[in-house]
Amino acid sequence: MKVVGKKTQRVDGKALASGKAVFADDIPKKDFLYLKLLYSPIAHGKINSIDISKALALDGVAAILTHKDFKPHYYTTAGQGYPEPSPRDTMIFNPVVRFVGDKVAVIAAESIEIAEKALELIEVDYTEYPAIFDPNKSKDNEVVLHPEIKNTPFLFDAQRNLASRITAEYGDPENAFDLSKYVFEGEYSTPYAQQAHIEPHITLTWMDEHERLIIRTATQVPFHVRRIVGEVLDFPISRIRVIKPRIGGGFGSKQEILNEEICAAVTLKTGRPSRIELTRKEEFFAARSRHPQRVRIKLGFDENLKITAIDLNILENSGAYGSHALTVMSVTSQKVLSLYKAPNFRVHADAVYTNLPIAGAYRGYGAPQGFFALECLMDEIAIKLQVDPLELRIKNFFEEGDEIPIASILGEGREGFKMVLHTTGVEECLHRGKELMDWDDKRNRLNHGEIKHGVGLAAVCQGSGIPGIDMAAAFIKMNEDASFNLMVGAADIGTGSDTAMAQIAAEVLEVSVDKIIVYSSDTDLTPFDTGAYASSTVFVSGGAVKKAAEKLKLQILDQGQKLLDDPNAILEKGKVTTGLKSLSYEEICTKSFYSEFQMQPMATASHLSYDSPPPFNATFADVSVDTETGIVTVNKIVSVSDCGQIINPKMAEGQAEGAIPQSIGMALSEYMIFDEKGKAINTDFTSYHIYTAIDMPEIIAEFVHTSDPTGPFGAKAVAEIPINGPAPAIANAIYNACGVRIRELPITPEKILRGLGKI
Amino acid sequence: MIRFRLNELKMEYIGHPGLTLMEYLRSIELFSVKYGCDTGSCGSCSVLVDNYVYNSCMLLVESLGGKTVETLEHLDKTGEIDNLKKSFLDKGAIQCGYCSPGMLISLVALFRKNKQPNESEIRETLAGNLCRCTGYVKPVEAAQL
Repeated sequence: MKVVGKKTQRVDGKALASGKAVFADDIPKKDFLYLKLLYSPIAHGKINSIDISKALALDGVAAILTHKDFKPHYYTTAGQGYPEPSPRDTMIFNPVVRFVGDKVAVIAAESIEIAEKALELIEVDYTEYPAIFDPNKSKDNEVVLHPEIKNTPFLFDAQRNLASRITAEYGDPENAFDLSKYVFEGEYSTPYAQQAHIEPHITLTWMDEHERLIIRTATQVPFHVRRIVGEVLDFPISRIRVIKPRIGGGFGSKQEILNEEICAAVTLKTGRPSRIELTRKEEFFAARSRHPQRVRIKLGFDENLKITAIDLNILENSGAYGSHALTVMSVTSQKVLSLYKAPNFRVHADAVYTNLPIAGAYRGYGAPQGFFALECLMDEIAIKLQVDPLELRIKNFFEEGDEIPIASILGEGREGFKMVLHTTGVEECLHRGKELMDWDDKRNRLNHGEIKHGVGLAAVCQGSGIPGIDMAAAFIKMNEDASFNLMVGAADIGTGSDTAMAQIAAEVLEVSVDKIIVYSSDTDLTPFDTGAYASSTVFVSGGAVKKAAEKLKLQILDQGQKLLDDPNAILEKGKVTTGLKSLSYEEICTKSFYSEFQMQPMATASHLSYDSPPPFNATFADVSVDTETGIVTVNKIVSVSDCGQIINPKMAEGQAEGAIPQSIGMALSEYMIFDEKGKAINTDFTSYHIYTAIDMPEIIAEFVHTSDPTGPFGAKAVAEIPINGPAPAIANAIYNACGVRIRELPITPEKILRGLGKI
Repeated sequence: MIRFRLNELKMEYIGHPGLTLMEYLRSIELFSVKYGCDTGSCGSCSVLVDNYVYNSCMLLVESLGGKTVETLEHLDKTGEIDNLKKSFLDKGAIQCGYCSPGMLISLVALFRKNKQPNESEIRETLAGNLCRCTGYVKPVEAAQL
């Protein structure tokens, strides 16, 4: 291959490196209204009255909207396929507030300053209700968060605070556990954590000259934004255009209709351009975060240390609303059961409501929570049975040709599709990682002194798009200088997917990447795409691009044959040739436009896959634990992944290098803290610590090669897989260093010292 | 009235006393200066003031009397970031690109004082620029020109 797998600069790189005006907010803002949201100061209660008169009287306030301005309508803010597999439990503004930070009103003013002043003038009278902060106490509590909502296929039991429930069974797990030689069980938990993309949520809306609503927004899901805004505001889709410019990171947080509907409502009400941007503080409580989960896993083994049965029990805290509640724990279950072969398994997962901020999509989407549990337990078992932790895993991995039963049992809110594992490089990942970590020496080193050193590992998997649901389309047209416009719905949110799409098109069309002009994610100008989530873009959208480019290539050949008057002419190296006579792409297109057999060479294609081949990864961590202070330092992370054929090596490495600190953060330093009234208290980057350039360990990110028959050019997904391994690998390394087993993230110095018996 | 230099221009400012430099620069469409945190933690709004890196969200325009402010637009125009830019592109150091202008500003300040910084000096310099995409691996590599 000439382009795929080769070094290619980002197609948008120069503009980004020059600080050009490419992000959502980087446009002149003439006559804009600036919006500010009023949030609930209480965790649970009813709004008795809202007096906006003083605020409205303030000079420069253009409009204030509250629940009184909207007909009651329930929807979900989750940007998912339709019908969304999340509970429809959300209203644009609700007369009942359910967490500190629930939206109460929006103020539109001539400046942010005026809007902020006006916020203080709104008088709200609440009746406070008792609140639930502990997910363990939510189910069947006498306090009910959503008593008024009817249950639906995607809302399990509102009266019991159960947003979602999943149950699945395969084989006869009960009997298998009874017959097992060994049975091990462990309970693990993970906290609320923030995506922490540096660009906050930002949306601008205005009416264009044709009275159409333009939504320029930082989103991963432009087509879901269009559909959901249309539904919520009862405004025709034909009059909505969503534009996704460059995006400053998303990691799942922008797979949400967060403020688009509110900004659009203000524009529709006032006729004025409007802008809403969350402050960093608001990002922490008003946007989304990782679902905290309590995961209990039971594993049975036979005498050969083969897994006989898996029992997976999940309690997920969804927060006040159920955005992504079902599907996140469904991914936890799917991924945990896609790594090791188990002839019997059982899943029971409950997502409960609490009066805390709303959780949502975050890179890994349930898999990091599940693998923290599974891979810590595997480490504990290897130690107890005194077997090599690599061997224990290798014995049990799914192998090529195996069917993965959970895939057909459990899909995205419905039954799934049969999946056979075509490629797995997981064993190779483990071996390569072991070598890069210098494992044998480090695992057995003797620890003297106060600083203890240790290494740990984890093996993990993910998926490549949502099978049978994620659909992407591409449109490609040829220009007379042999350049091509590639229009894709795929949303590049900073991942570099525009570049990957260009590489795929260039490879098919046998041209250089600079001949492909990519334009992505504009609901007026590009075809549909479900969006940038579930590690789907290269695999699903890339599949659409490949098909469209192949169709166009056939057209070019056909035109060339007609122009050369030779049906046996062939296409090679950017021209159509009979051997004696040739026509270049330029000549073919120019003649097609202006003189002979006139037509526009162009093609469209859609792609959907019933396969979602798992990418695999092995992550190794080297840590030091200061047994006097309890402080853990991560010295080195080795992350080796099997993502099939890599489209762009630098960008793929970059995905791993960026995912690793997010998971180290989840393990050690990133967790949201709430006071006794449910208010988030660490809402800035000083008190919520994400890794900086001087905190980082040495990182080695590598890939082993496989070529999956179901992906474009053999590609599987890259984006999420590298985030699953570091947290369990670190927890396992800490145990190796100092004998302290922490099953509840984050691993704070206090927990280490308690584990050492020092406090 | 406050007089200061902004890129190639001499500025005279009479305006809101509470206006931050970040708000001001974005209002005159110098969009390389980004909003990220409000607390001077993320470095997305970095500019040079008399050769030092500042988070412009932490500075009031009122405080700039007699100072020289440079944004990335200017350093791009003068060509001062050409090598860095090339290296960032070449090494794949740019992902979403939102924090990149701030990183480049920090590195320019470093390079003006130190032509050949080592890795730990580069990391020290970039410690004020939060990036959530790259893990700093490729930016640090790219800064080693």
